[in-house]
Amino acid sequence: MGLAALSSNLLLVSFIAYLVATLFFGGAVKGAKSEATYQNNRWGKIAIIITIIGFISHIGYFITRWIASGHAPVSNMFEFTTAFGMMLVGSFILLFYLYRTPSLGLFALPIAIIIIAYASMFPREITPLIPALKSYWLTVHVITAALGESILAISAVAGLIFLLKNIDLTKKSKQRFWIEAVIFTLILVVGFVLSSTTFKLIGYEAEFTYIDKNEKPAKIEYNYPPLFGMHQYKAITPEVMTPWAEMPAIINAKTLTTFVWAVTTGILLYLILRLIFRRPIATLFQPFAKKANSQLMDEIGYRAVMIGFPVFTLGALIFAMIWAHEAWSRFWGWDPKEVWALITWLFYAAFLHLRLSRGWDGEKSAWLAVIGFIIIMFNLIAVNLIIAGLHSYA
Amino acid sequence: MSKIKCQCGHENPFGTVLCERCGRPQTEEAKASQLVDMRYEGSARRSQTYNRSIVDRIWNFFSSVKIGISIIIAVLVTSAIGTAFPQKLYVPATTEVELAAYYERLYWLFGTAYYKLGFHDMYNSWWFITLIGMLGISIIIASVDRVIPLYKSLKRQRTKRHPSFMKKQRIYGEGPTEKPDVSLGKAEEKLKKLRYNVKTEDGALLAEKNRFSRWGPYVNHTGLIIFFIGILLRGIPGFYVDETMWLLEGDTKAVPGATGYYLESKKFTMETYTKDEAGEVFGEALDRVGMIAKNYQTDVALYKDKEGALPGSGDQEFVKDYSIIVNDPLNFDGFNVFQMDYRQDEDLKSMTFQLMEKSTEKSLGEFTVNLVDPEQNYEIAEGASVVLSDYYPDFDGMENGEPKSKSSIPNNPAFIFKMITPEKPKGEMSFVAIQQTLETEENAYKVKFVSAEMRDKSGFVVRKDKTLYILLLGGIIFMIGVIQGSYWNHRRIWIQKGLDNELLIAGHTNKNWFSLKKELDKVQDFADLPAYEDRQDKESNLEIKEGEQS
Amino acid sequence: MAKADKKKKRLIIRTIVLLLLVSVVIYAVAFKDKVKVLAVGDMAPDFELVDLEGNKHRLSDYKGQGVFLNFWGTWCGPCKKEMPHMEKLHKEFEGKDVQILALTIKDPPLKVKAFRDQYELTFPIAIDKTEVVKEAYNISPLPTTFLINDKGKIQKIIKWAMSEEEIRSHMESIQPK
Repeated sequence: MGLAALSSNLLLVSFIAYLVATLFFGGAVKGAKSEATYQNNRWGKIAIIITIIGFISHIGYFITRWIASGHAPVSNMFEFTTAFGMMLVGSFILLFYLYRTPSLGLFALPIAIIIIAYASMFPREITPLIPALKSYWLTVHVITAALGESILAISAVAGLIFLLKNIDLTKKSKQRFWIEAVIFTLILVVGFVLSSTTFKLIGYEAEFTYIDKNEKPAKIEYNYPPLFGMHQYKAITPEVMTPWAEMPAIINAKTLTTFVWAVTTGILLYLILRLIFRRPIATLFQPFAKKANSQLMDEIGYRAVMIGFPVFTLGALIFAMIWAHEAWSRFWGWDPKEVWALITWLFYAAFLHLRLSRGWDGEKSAWLAVIGFIIIMFNLIAVNLIIAGLHSYA
Repeated sequence: MSKIKCQCGHENPFGTVLCERCGRPQTEEAKASQLVDMRYEGSARRSQTYNRSIVDRIWNFFSSVKIGISIIIAVLVTSAIGTAFPQKLYVPATTEVELAAYYERLYWLFGTAYYKLGFHDMYNSWWFITLIGMLGISIIIASVDRVIPLYKSLKRQRTKRHPSFMKKQRIYGEGPTEKPDVSLGKAEEKLKKLRYNVKTEDGALLAEKNRFSRWGPYVNHTGLIIFFIGILLRGIPGFYVDETMWLLEGDTKAVPGATGYYLESKKFTMETYTKDEAGEVFGEALDRVGMIAKNYQTDVALYKDKEGALPGSGDQEFVKDYSIIVNDPLNFDGFNVFQMDYRQDEDLKSMTFQLMEKSTEKSLGEFTVNLVDPEQNYEIAEGASVVLSDYYPDFDGMENGEPKSKSSIPNNPAFIFKMITPEKPKGEMSFVAIQQTLETEENAYKVKFVSAEMRDKSGFVVRKDKTLYILLLGGIIFMIGVIQGSYWNHRRIWIQKGLDNELLIAGHTNKNWFSLKKELDKVQDFADLPAYEDRQDKESNLEIKEGEQS
Repeated sequence: MAKADKKKKRLIIRTIVLLLLVSVVIYAVAFKDKVKVLAVGDMAPDFELVDLEGNKHRLSDYKGQGVFLNFWGTWCGPCKKEMPHMEKLHKEFEGKDVQILALTIKDPPLKVKAFRDQYELTFPIAIDKTEVVKEAYNISPLPTTFLINDKGKIQKIIKWAMSEEEIRSHMESIQPK
């Protein structure tokens, strides 16, 4: 078995391990009466051991892929997102050992699973490095930034648990609406994974020619039935569906098609769940959060930001500036990805000031942590796919 | 604005919430509250105390954290808007009209609005710079206003606090113990083992740890200010050079911004990954994407004017050879030259022609014209030669019957050749341009185009940034400050004797209460102390303790 | 009245600090787009170029004289119109301490020589092959003329083709008194 194949298998092993560990964490939470009693629960112990096995396998994926390609596997969307998922689990393990709370695992692992599944929707083959990425700063900057983001993400997980536990879901309220919106967004990601996987399994392909925004002819391949056509498109593949509408040059109709498929699938999935359970989906998750200690979750949420913020600053801003100076001759160029890293940083700076100086803790702090994660995800997903810039390597 | 005299006798500045010395609440609000607000130790933030003149009011405005956070949010929002559409910098347009057209063509009404509002140059707009400036002012004033009183009150704090201070702490416990003095002694021993600084006074104990972490925010704010100063300095001439330059293979040009230095391009190379070298690993990717660039490289030689030589004199000395590649700029004298762009097969270097007899199509021989610095005469064979009578590097049609060139760059070269042959020793004239030959009268010979040689062009950016070290210093100080403030926390534990055999115990930390409680538990295990509670944790923290101990 | 003194002191310190910080911000806003270019009143950067005849010309050699420094190109239409006037006035000002120097940028020597012969130019013409003088003088449109006075200072920068009268009056203006 070649290294590249071994690498893929290790990733699969870790994916399955996280799934299994989630079930065990669920068992640990379910079997306990309250936060205090489940801390040394047997289910919890098994769960964390499986998580660690999965994490080691995940690191194995990372190292073998590194050896196979000759560069740190953080050079495209698949690699970066997978590495982000890995660090998310790593950060969780770190915080688990600081606070020993299975509730965190029960929510952190599914999020890691969704992230890895999302990553797998991108082209997974090993790509050689383009000249701009050929630098050891690629390794240093991306890994540090991803690590920082993953620790900050744990803060959002703790925040989510806090909110699920403390928001009254029986009554209509603004809070209930927004927490449901967060859950809905997660379901949308699942929808994307489902629809993408389905068409991949069918092996759907449709090729088109079109005119790009610089008025040059180009070619594009859809992996979904083309709902929207590119600017002045012409089908190459025979007998594909005719797109509903042609898009102007600035809109990537392929991305739009993917998006619409993902959202439609997500909405259908959500509606089906609503029909089955006949109540807000957040209420399904609430019992799992009920046993967490609010004060502890608040503490974890804050602590994760305290640990993650310096790491994020170092990786996403300082190392980024040093590399940008070497590769692009300027340490800062207001490239969208850079700006969104700055926005993330400013957001967490505001978070810390609100907490330190204005005493925002508890629910307010939890909401902020969740919003912070949304900003991070926006930078990872939307900025790469929609707002193209120098960083659009996917 | 009188001082406030506390019951303990200490005189506090106006605006003090908690007595600097004993901790007694001084305001009605503080007296009434269950938990005391320990931010800034309840000291008088100077900003909040005076509010008289306009200067004080402006000062107080910038001193407010609320305002600071508002500015941060404003910067955040404007930054985000700036990413909606490409910034001016990334738009392939040079004039304002082209810019406006670009935004309108691609983003219709939104684009026009974006452009009209100036959002296309957001980060260089006066309001954005003003916002950043206000942020800087806010950081400076807010920090100064807080760090001084905080320092003073931490310095002045007394070991023995008033019970009212203890009772209003988040971590608090009271209760009888058998031997309070023994408990105190044992607690002191354990706390010292846990690396606390322990002070005792009259049946009271103060254990303190990591006070330096309280200075973290002020250290990181200093770093930020240094960073801002670095950016400001770039506006001063000599601190910052940012130029672009195009250099053709074989040419030597002055380096813009770096007077006295010259760069010669020897060769530009662009490589792509091939399946032969990397098919096994990268084959799949190469199949999907097609060509993937591997390397952009310009081999250059750097020269400089000799000591005392004037620019242009040609009196240069060789400095070094270098291969500039992406991610590896050429460095000299504080300047960096970066490989940023390239053009291949766009620039003509030379053209080769044949002198040919029209009737027989027999060639008398070939000659090559250097298009940058052409020769006048070309000997071809015995008795046959070509004279370049005139040359139009960038031929742009005829004007008043005369050929015209629109620049000195050989984009569309045209020539007037005089062909001297044994048959026509006086010579025949011929105008030769690309795809075009004109003759004044019927010639026996013609000059026929054979081939052209191209040369590549490298696009460089020339940078000098003396502020980089200042920026780096700012960054390092920021990191030190932020780590100092985040990875350590200031913890204090007060234990004192109350009435009879009672002991009072209180704890405070600026963050990470969980660890403080863990340490307190260790002290409790060792010394006989009353149980405490975390008054913010309404969900049974007693259970946690049990869980931990079991 | 120690208290009043203290208050006054505080007011003064705050005023100074605020003024300082605000002026820094104003400076940053006002000078954000300013790029330093050569302007009237600056010392003309020195250079040394070899003309078509092989004679060296240093700008600093002409200290004490006015220099009419003209940047042109063989392909540039307006330059062609200007050249005969320059030649005429060159002869007129011979021995009157005003020197014409004409620099072309990157033109092929063959073309420059042909041009000189065609227009029978007698003032020194040099080719700025490495563009070092062009960089130093920040030349963008052609023709551009720098009028440099006897002290080596730039007196005027003209970015268009001039008539004979204009050239005469400009040359008079840099004639040392």
